[in-house]
Amino acid sequence: MNIHLPGADVTERTLAIVGELKGLEGPLLPILHEIQDEFGYVPQECLPVIARELNLSRAEVYGVVTFYHDFREHPAGRHVLKLCRAEACQSMGGDRLAERAKALLGIDFHETTPDGAVTLEPVYCLGLCSCSPSAMLDGEVHARLDEAEIEALVAEARR
Amino acid sequence: MTVKIYIPRDAAAIALGAEKVATAMAEAIAARGLDATIVRNGSRGMHWLEPLVEVETAEGRIAYGPVQTRDVASLLDAGLTSGAAHPLCLGKTEDIPFLKQQTRLTFARCGVIDPLSLDDYRAHGGLRGLERAISMQPAAIVAEVTESGLRGRGGAGFPTGIKWKTVLEAEGAQKYIVCNADEGDSGTFADRMIMEGDPFVLIEGMAIAGIATGATKGYVYTRSEYPHAIAAMSAAIEIARAAGVLGQSVLGSTHAFDMEVRTGAGAYVCGEETSLLNSLEGKRGLVRAKPPLPAHKGLFDCPTVINNVISLASVPVIMDKGAAYYRDFGMGRSRGTIPIQIAGNVKHAGLYEIAFGLTLGEIVDVIGGGTASGRPVKAVQVGGPLGAYFPRALFDTPFDYEAFAAKDGLIGHAGIVVFDDTADMLKQARFAMEFCAVESCGKCTPCRLGSTRGVEVADKIAAGIEPEKNRELLADLCNTMKFGSLCALGGFTPYPVMSAMTHFPEDFKPAPRVEAAE
Repeated sequence: MNIHLPGADVTERTLAIVGELKGLEGPLLPILHEIQDEFGYVPQECLPVIARELNLSRAEVYGVVTFYHDFREHPAGRHVLKLCRAEACQSMGGDRLAERAKALLGIDFHETTPDGAVTLEPVYCLGLCSCSPSAMLDGEVHARLDEAEIEALVAEARR
Repeated sequence: MTVKIYIPRDAAAIALGAEKVATAMAEAIAARGLDATIVRNGSRGMHWLEPLVEVETAEGRIAYGPVQTRDVASLLDAGLTSGAAHPLCLGKTEDIPFLKQQTRLTFARCGVIDPLSLDDYRAHGGLRGLERAISMQPAAIVAEVTESGLRGRGGAGFPTGIKWKTVLEAEGAQKYIVCNADEGDSGTFADRMIMEGDPFVLIEGMAIAGIATGATKGYVYTRSEYPHAIAAMSAAIEIARAAGVLGQSVLGSTHAFDMEVRTGAGAYVCGEETSLLNSLEGKRGLVRAKPPLPAHKGLFDCPTVINNVISLASVPVIMDKGAAYYRDFGMGRSRGTIPIQIAGNVKHAGLYEIAFGLTLGEIVDVIGGGTASGRPVKAVQVGGPLGAYFPRALFDTPFDYEAFAAKDGLIGHAGIVVFDDTADMLKQARFAMEFCAVESCGKCTPCRLGSTRGVEVADKIAAGIEPEKNRELLADLCNTMKFGSLCALGGFTPYPVMSAMTHFPEDFKPAPRVEAAE
């Protein structure tokens, strides 16, 4: 998702999300997940709002955002293709498929195609190790991939 | 009578097309006006046969697989609804050798029942353990779990009952049960399968833990990479709450227990228990120094039981059938059953629950059927990215906590990843260091810096730069990480590295590279 909103809306939506989840024990991760679901990333403007509402410093909130691989500081492409890089997928030729996907998209891991269509990310295990190699395209899982299937996935993501 | 057709909703089955098969099947049933209904079950764990479609007949369930959408019409033409013959027919599900030879205690219902039907759960023996626990004193429940010999299935193998006893005896107005469902190890999927295929068993196990220790609140901390498990677990909790299994009065008793699912955010280190607790509290997932133990000062500094999914999901059967029943399976100090996850380059990949004691060779060659590629097995990594690589020479090692430790390995969460002879063990050793560098929480120096230096040293060996000196350096670095790291991430990364170097020395002696002429 690639959504840009004016600052006031971000603040307003952030306040609403924080208000809704503040009552949880340890609410920061659920709040950040919700914000990323809403905006597609965690906009800088959210941080002071969250910090103020949870009585934390901005540095503490920023520290949490940057600790976890999931949270983005910038919008991703319209589609996110995650390829498993862990051992089980390596044993079934995952590295070769990753190289193929990179070549097809013309980007490396952690990059987005210039047209904003696809972000390619590594993932360390989708729990599909019995049917490696595996991938996730926008939350949908795919397993026992071969070259033709990775090409089809990339084509689907480019659309 | 309406015929039941089972099509799994397990993520592995879905990744292989189960969703499309279910849709096509539903459409075909409607179009043909058949008196049949589709049940979305968990997986039986025979993943090379997924999507595995089953049909209920008078003789029992008949299996067909692997089924693709293009097979739906021909299956129905052949008479699927009466369990008729078809090229994809595998006969009675229970008679498939891979399944028949297992001892399914923890996974008894997985793949059998509708995961979100509490009636189905009860009909298959569910809630009997919790009902018995309610009739007992907390100390007696703890004693039962201790006597069963159950040890932490997350990898550390710490006796579950001892952990519970510590929490029971700890003072605290609020206590917690935290389920570690942050199953990040490559080659493991047992937690995911239970959460997707039999979520009520985990709820029951956690409720028993709560009653045994005086904890009233539970959290399942799982991974964002597991959207299907999160959905199934969350839905099951709602159903359990509505049915009075969870809430102010568990099954009508005086005990209160409720729980919720929390989602991690892609940090492998949060599978380490103290890091997980920090993450649950909304902090960076930094590892905590121990002591204090989580049992004394855990979540929000309150006494906390933190157990792996499989440990907790094994408690209901122990409470139902008694400690002795469970303890009678297994070998040595490894009692009960272990769900072995056979993965990677292997013909028959999937989940195999059996008493401890099978040899690694039996698991890989006989049950797994050797490699998927048909090439010779070179190495198997046991216990995830922090587990050792075992060569064929060690295939006589029995699956047992102590036996693996004696061979400088660990069974971890019981995941086994098979590699054929094309694997480059220096590359695998480098990956172990690289993974540690990516995932290190950064709190302690041996892990944070050692892993990065490890990658560099491995690269030098690969490049043929002073290989002998660098192999020594790598071993020395591993020694520092093993004994100097705060948690298992830095402390166990040396296992795959050292085992690769020890058992496959030829891969660490690449031909000296000739410098290209400028």
